[in-house]
Amino acid sequence: MLFKAIADPTRRALFERLCREGDLTVGALTARSGISQPAVSKHLRILKQAGLVRDRIDGRQTHYSAQPAALAPLLDWTREMAGFWQTRFDQLEELLKRMD
Amino acid sequence: MTEESTQTLTVVVERELPHPPEKVWRAITQSALIGEWLMQNDFQPVADHTFTFRADWGSVVGTVRSVEPEKELSYTWEAYGLESVVTWTLTKTSTGTNLRMEQTGFRPDQMQAYHGAKAGWPNFLDGLEKVLEKAD
Repeated sequence: MLFKAIADPTRRALFERLCREGDLTVGALTARSGISQPAVSKHLRILKQAGLVRDRIDGRQTHYSAQPAALAPLLDWTREMAGFWQTRFDQLEELLKRMD
Repeated sequence: MTEESTQTLTVVVERELPHPPEKVWRAITQSALIGEWLMQNDFQPVADHTFTFRADWGSVVGTVRSVEPEKELSYTWEAYGLESVVTWTLTKTSTGTNLRMEQTGFRPDQMQAYHGAKAGWPNFLDGLEKVLEKAD
């Protein structure tokens, strides 16, 4: 769900705008997206299903905000491997000192 | 950098080592020496050779992709269903060797997502760390 949601460049652009600009209405998001409001709404629904955005109804307007913490699974792999290799590099340096 | 690698998750670790490339090369390609710092293994620096790295937490299976003595070594790295490519690059410096390890990975079930997103991945992933730091 997360990978599918973020794989689409239009959705990624919407998500990145919400990360940068904070809380925005569908109208504001549509204004600079280059696509129709129903299309924006559809993308927002998919982002919401993936936990990447949250909506809040205020009168007749729906405001959306980014939930960047939902991206954590994407980063877990790189964090884990970076830690693994740092430790191994330390051990490699120790070995090199012992070698001829 | 190839187009392929820009679509995937990448980890880079780089260090300046006060040892000549010839020595660093032996440490990363000779089975007994690899066992001293990485994992027990049956590695051979020969293209298409398939090997296993074993540790108490499990094992990694790989196949050598390319070997350029004292310059570059590349092999696949498969563990826990995660398939990736590890590339070692050695550059001679005035004080020894700059050793760079790049691991580029993806899970098969993520392939479609990565390939569906040709543009924008690198910048997006670069920005991820910052976004998450702000989120805390």
